[in-house]
Amino acid sequence: MANSSYNELTYNGLWKNNVALVQVLGLCPLLAVTTTTVNGIGLGIATTLTLVLSNITVSLIRNSVRAEIRIPIFVLIIASFVTAIELAMNAYFYDLYKILGIFIPLIVTNCAILGRAEAFASKNAVVPSFIDGLMMGVGFTVILVLLGAVRELLGQGTLFAQAHLMFGEAAEWMTITVIDDYNGFLLAVLPPGAFIGLGLLIALKNVIDQRAQKKAAQATAVETNTDSAVTTTG
Amino acid sequence: MPFNTPTSPHQLAPTSITRVMVMVMLALIPGIIAYVWFFGWGVVINICIALVTALSCEALILKLRQRPLTPSLSDGSAALTAILIALTLPPLSPWWLTVIGVAFAIIIAKQLYGGLGFNPFNPAMVGYVMLLISFPREMTSWIPPSALADNSLDFLETALFILFHTLPDGVTFDALTEATPLDSLKTHIALGNTVDEVRAQLGLDEEASRVLSVIPIFGAIGGKGWEWIGGGFLLGGLWLIYKKVISWHIPVAMLGSLLAMSSIFYLIDPEHYATPMFHLFSGAAMLGAFFIATDPVTAAASNRGKIIYGCGIGIFTYVIRTWGGYPDAVAFAVLLLNMCAPLIDHYFKSSVFGHKKG
Repeated sequence: MANSSYNELTYNGLWKNNVALVQVLGLCPLLAVTTTTVNGIGLGIATTLTLVLSNITVSLIRNSVRAEIRIPIFVLIIASFVTAIELAMNAYFYDLYKILGIFIPLIVTNCAILGRAEAFASKNAVVPSFIDGLMMGVGFTVILVLLGAVRELLGQGTLFAQAHLMFGEAAEWMTITVIDDYNGFLLAVLPPGAFIGLGLLIALKNVIDQRAQKKAAQATAVETNTDSAVTTTG
Repeated sequence: MPFNTPTSPHQLAPTSITRVMVMVMLALIPGIIAYVWFFGWGVVINICIALVTALSCEALILKLRQRPLTPSLSDGSAALTAILIALTLPPLSPWWLTVIGVAFAIIIAKQLYGGLGFNPFNPAMVGYVMLLISFPREMTSWIPPSALADNSLDFLETALFILFHTLPDGVTFDALTEATPLDSLKTHIALGNTVDEVRAQLGLDEEASRVLSVIPIFGAIGGKGWEWIGGGFLLGGLWLIYKKVISWHIPVAMLGSLLAMSSIFYLIDPEHYATPMFHLFSGAAMLGAFFIATDPVTAAASNRGKIIYGCGIGIFTYVIRTWGGYPDAVAFAVLLLNMCAPLIDHYFKSSVFGHKKG
């Protein structure tokens, strides 16, 4: 963690070290709730909030916690935040709370959160920990939403169905019916669809990375070759 | 990492993959003829669509993987997968159903695992099961055997329906379709009828059925028409065993255990369990035993392993057919045992030449 500049943290959280695509942590909620886009947004926000709050708290107390008992303390902190978030969702987003069900309390067991507390927040100052938690959470949320959107589109032919659960009755307009009179590709909504979808997303990320690497390698090769006056282009 | 090969392929005959695949396809012909006789031209059109899809998907993925095209495309394995899927689909299934199923089988179940020889699951069955759980309505809309249907479609009408979903005037899709014998037997038993009552109701001779306007879908031993299709596949399968393309272990173990299971329950309570012959000659039992379970890539390798593997498929087929949620179960049973094949290979290695049998 020598170089913890904020750009680096952002790049790490969103892309290079993405919780879902690279660390492959928190799969249980990721695969279980992403049947619709709105579910993905809901769980993503709850997880991000937990990550940010727990990272800040762990970072604040990092010097006063004995190393031997740090893990139970971290778990206790995470569990109290999750309980608070669960109660808040119960109060303000009751329908969404009912749909997400057990997966909100289960945020406690999301390894990504304990992982960031242990690997980053317990060794870094508050501000970098906050940025790290936020970016890891946003990276996780993006994948939740993406997977939710793909599965919802294939499974029901809509996007942002039941948006009112998240954003209130005023958000009914957000629901987009992409394909009218669509029979539904049930596999996408069923558990195998989640596994196959996540696998394809990971493959897509690897392809993009490989392309970028190849391009970078070519660029450096071209730079070193320009001196020898190569006339070919493209 | 040690690479545990269960058996060495000590084969002397100049057997190429292409030759095996072509012989398997030839062996399917009697079954396909019976199929066309009873269910019309739909299956032929489905096979054509499936073949085109399979070969183009295979070519596309090989291109993406930067592999040479010809050896994999010409070995016939993709074509065989396509034909097997087409044989499991309802004869009047819309074209996109075939395309999605075959594309899924070739791309996801076969090529993403590394192509022929590396797939842990039988691609045709993965494609079929995917379709069955994704599109239950389309996948269970079978037409009754054509000798019984009032308005059977000719070749052109079938093609038009499959491609454009248009039917001749005055014919509705619901009037054409009918649950399969296995399906209706299951439904009726769940309603509290006995097997004999169901067969009496739905297996009447043609005169009586016209009076009562019920379509008799049960034949002498299995489903009407199905028993002939099963017989066709049995014939082709026996020829494959005779030609030593497949060994007898898996088909005999699978059909034997299916026979044993159904006999036991039939003897205990013939009112609620269908006859053993009905189980053997309905659904995909024959096709599965000779053409699907025997896939050398996904089956167990040693002879003793093959017997365990075949028995497992037969038992699971009976269990899921009788107490499960789906009318036919060969595909599920094959996939379940595909999963067990590496374990079976681990415990039942074939003896090495020169060593004592152990």
